[in-house]
Amino acid sequence: MSALNIKKGSTSHSAYDLRDSHEQLVVSHTLAVIVENEPGVLARVIGLFSARGYNIDSLTVAEVDHTGHRSRITIVTSGTPHVIDQVEKQLSRLVSVYAVHDLTAEGPCVQRELALFKVAGKGEHRIEALRLAEIFRAHVVDSTLESFIFEMTGTPEKIDSFADLMRPLGLRELARTGVAALSRGM
Amino acid sequence: MTKAMTGAQMVVQALKDQGVEVVFGYPGGAVLPIYDEIFQQNDIRHVLVRHEQGAIHMAEGYARSTGKVGVALVTSGPGATNAVTGLVDALMDSIPIVVLSGQVPTFMIGTDGFQEADTVGITRPCTKHNWLVKDTAKLSEVIHQAFHVARSGRPGPVLIDIPKDVQFATSEYTPMPKAKVDHYQPRVKGDIEAITRMVEMLETAERPLFYTGGGVINSGNAASQLLREFVEATGFPITSTLMGLGAYPASGANWIGMLGMHGLYEANLAMHGCDLMLNIGARFDDRITGRIADFSPKSKKVHVDIDPSSINKVIRVDLSIVGDVAHVLEDALRIWKARGRKVNKDGLAKWWKQIKEWRAVDCLAFTNSDKVIKPQYALQRLEALTKGMDRYITTEVGQHQMWAAQFLGFEAPNRWMTSGGLGTMGYGLPASIGVQIAHPEALVINVAGEASWLMNMQEMGTAMQFRAPVKQFILNNERLGMVRQWQELLHGERYSSSWSESLPDFVKLAEAFGCKGIKCQDPKDLDDAIMEMIRYDGPVIFDCLVEKHENCFPMIPSGKPHNEMLLGNAETQGVIKAAGAVLV
Repeated sequence: MSALNIKKGSTSHSAYDLRDSHEQLVVSHTLAVIVENEPGVLARVIGLFSARGYNIDSLTVAEVDHTGHRSRITIVTSGTPHVIDQVEKQLSRLVSVYAVHDLTAEGPCVQRELALFKVAGKGEHRIEALRLAEIFRAHVVDSTLESFIFEMTGTPEKIDSFADLMRPLGLRELARTGVAALSRGM
Repeated sequence: MTKAMTGAQMVVQALKDQGVEVVFGYPGGAVLPIYDEIFQQNDIRHVLVRHEQGAIHMAEGYARSTGKVGVALVTSGPGATNAVTGLVDALMDSIPIVVLSGQVPTFMIGTDGFQEADTVGITRPCTKHNWLVKDTAKLSEVIHQAFHVARSGRPGPVLIDIPKDVQFATSEYTPMPKAKVDHYQPRVKGDIEAITRMVEMLETAERPLFYTGGGVINSGNAASQLLREFVEATGFPITSTLMGLGAYPASGANWIGMLGMHGLYEANLAMHGCDLMLNIGARFDDRITGRIADFSPKSKKVHVDIDPSSINKVIRVDLSIVGDVAHVLEDALRIWKARGRKVNKDGLAKWWKQIKEWRAVDCLAFTNSDKVIKPQYALQRLEALTKGMDRYITTEVGQHQMWAAQFLGFEAPNRWMTSGGLGTMGYGLPASIGVQIAHPEALVINVAGEASWLMNMQEMGTAMQFRAPVKQFILNNERLGMVRQWQELLHGERYSSSWSESLPDFVKLAEAFGCKGIKCQDPKDLDDAIMEMIRYDGPVIFDCLVEKHENCFPMIPSGKPHNEMLLGNAETQGVIKAAGAVLV
């Protein structure tokens, strides 16, 4: 038998690979995970993602029910529909998890993210930045003679577009909170 | 009426309330208060192990053979890290165990104290759930919750990390009924509509097949009884995974043997050719499926599992039922009977005819020898000479494990303890001690390979101290047999580090431990030697020198579908291609 000729990275073509070729379509889903607010709960959630090779595109967490000690973790994840299905089921399996809602699958939802932009510049650039901020309904929360900090709340896409516009105008730093989301209606 | 007690007293009280009879453990600085309480009572027996990994495997053997929760107690730092392999083993095979670990006092956590380790951090992905208890007031409730989590739903290991100051401090004890467990209540009843749909499918199927797994065993005796009734009543053939052996008796008329990588020819071809697959409590493990794309291409698949995440994880199924096996089978049987006990008789007759043709291939046939003991022959004789006895079998991991699964027959659940998912060499010896502690009068045999056995051989000391008359039946080929087999088939017969050099003299080793050693190398002496082992009142190390280069067949090579299995050495030349070789 000749020596094995295994190319580097060939494990990604493992025969055990579960993804069918026709299902390579990667989709993004926003999940709301209601958890017991106990030490280590966030580690459980993100540990599950890294252990099973799932993606985290955005993650926010805060206690939303102080008397019930419940936190809401909002995760934006991407993967094939099969992976998304597994993410939801694996999360549901954790003992500290009360509920998992796939907001993307359950219907329309509102997604908001808060971002702070530090933009430095003089003259025309400074005026243009201020003008665009007005169009995007960003607030000035800090100002010097050479810089602004804008605060903006919006969808991740809106924040992306504003950041793209600010970049040539002197964007120095960008801080984003990650997505918070609620389903629309009752 | 709640009672004030120290954390250490709470531990012992909570274990008593949970009906715990035995704890497998090893003391150390951070668990001394608990050991002090154990010393001062007689209800709970403590079995002193020789290594913490042994404690966890003993707890697993105890749990798997009784259906109860196994309990282990270890100290902080190295005590906890030594337990990790056992925790993952129990997680992979869904074995309910509770592990209590000591921790440095709360005010020292994070200071890199002596024997400090981030135990909950390390064991978080190794357990079903774990807790660090920083407040004595919460300790008893957490212990009760831990037992609930370990045994509910898909069972598994849990760990409670208890800092030493929490063990010393005093608080009120929360009795078991008051402990809050309501938020973790996995669903046990299956959806009736889905069960009805399953019944409809099995009424018309031409080539149906039960594919059962460890979930049937975990569900309890009722599940095995219902499964037997269902199988007998429908007349369907049944195969099982390694973990599910014994749920349906090996002597049963409809049994077609274990399936999988080293499963029987008829079982694997039935999986490939069936038109209705009824997966009851199995998880489509890669040892079972082979190449996914060609897995049972023509069948409708039904999957009954208590863990929703098992469904569609590996194989997409046509119908899924989330629930406990016993509950689902009970409903399914009732509905099937009410609808008139229909099956497709003509289809079934043809299907059985086909299966019998496959069976005629006699895939377990091997060339026996009168000069050297063949491992298969050794197990055939062990089976013949122990059949009908009150017998429990544990195994290590490797060729001997697969041969044991092929050649030993299991008539009842909870009689077969093996490391399936994780494949932990060193599991069998401690597991056999755990089984023997639970069943002192039974015949407990660990079918081992010499390499696996050496991994936890220190536990012979535990067997001696606690008078556990476990029989260590070592099929000694002086090789890491399964590794050697793969190197022969996949790596150009370059046997890199796969032989056992400098092996101990097992008979002298037995004598050193104070137990009995038996060596056998002539097939003519084998029966007498096995009988000597069985009759000896105490632990035995049986060194059975077997054929060194025997390969384990049948074998589905990695990356191949079920219908491309190998039956013997003649077929093995060059069959495993590079793409298959990257798989394990």
